[in-house]
Amino acid sequence: MSRPPGRKQDSQKISRELFVLTYGALVAQLCKDYEKDEDVNTCLDRMGYAIGIRLIDDFLARSSVKRCRSYSETADMIAQVAFKMYLGVTPSVSCSSAAGNEFSLILDKNPLVDFVEELPAERASLCYCNLLCGVIRGALEMVHLAAEVTFLQDRLKGDAVTEIGITFLRKAEDRKHRRNK
Amino acid sequence: MADETLFLLLHSEMVAGLYRAAEQGEGENGRCTTKLESMGFRVGQGLIERFTKDTARFKDELDIMKFICKDFWTTVFKKQIDNLRTNHQGIYVLQDNKFRLLTQMSAGKQYLEHAPKFLAFTCGLIRGGLSNLGIKSIVTAEVSSMPACKFQVMIQKM
Repeated sequence: MSRPPGRKQDSQKISRELFVLTYGALVAQLCKDYEKDEDVNTCLDRMGYAIGIRLIDDFLARSSVKRCRSYSETADMIAQVAFKMYLGVTPSVSCSSAAGNEFSLILDKNPLVDFVEELPAERASLCYCNLLCGVIRGALEMVHLAAEVTFLQDRLKGDAVTEIGITFLRKAEDRKHRRNK
Repeated sequence: MADETLFLLLHSEMVAGLYRAAEQGEGENGRCTTKLESMGFRVGQGLIERFTKDTARFKDELDIMKFICKDFWTTVFKKQIDNLRTNHQGIYVLQDNKFRLLTQMSAGKQYLEHAPKFLAFTCGLIRGGLSNLGIKSIVTAEVSSMPACKFQVMIQKM
């Protein structure tokens, strides 16, 4: 009984599916545990944060990137290196404020929702991918960048694209003491 | 691989999160294990479907168990099961000497009591996988020394 060839790429794909399915099961479980969508969102964000503060170590070790010199460089790094590495997609980045500290990551494709068709009607304000926000926030905090990360648009809620907004909280001038990123 | 890190972190955070919530609330640890197990079950069902899509039909129960030990385990945990034993009457013991979800913890005795938390999801994973291949089972796990663990699969005859 020979198994067909082509297992290698298959196994990589399944490995990602394992993550996506596990995440789905987690969200489903949290929805059972908490009645309010806000509580689920908070819980996902907190979990993401805890993942982010550890993931950054793995990211720096794997990517061996150089220090970023500006917020826009950091945003590009998140989009082009980090997202590519962990989720296999590259969101496009746009800067949405004159102060240069607000950025949007626009995802055409979101692998986390590969198996999600739509949100149930009674879960209208659930932020399905809120984990991502926590991860980004946690990771940035570990390189001494305080940031607020939220979903601005979500395909699951009927928007045209999925958009994650990152707002760096400190002004551009007092970044002198920033550590390596 | 990068995906793997994500899964490992998500898994440990899932365990931590559920137990944290239980401590604040009713504090029933048994329920957490059940929850983790049922999450694993769902994931196992989904995975095995994608997995066996293009594979040949299995000969018998043992063939299925071998598949779980080799292909399934390799994809999920990056290594094979080290030892598979059976009494040929529906009980299988899968031994992993360096179980991936335990290797991140200290190998001493210190955290031995917490180890079962990190096995519940995998028990469900196996049970879910087997269930979608038409085998009803009960899966339990035990750890005697840290990165090694044993999963016991009891097949329920229908």
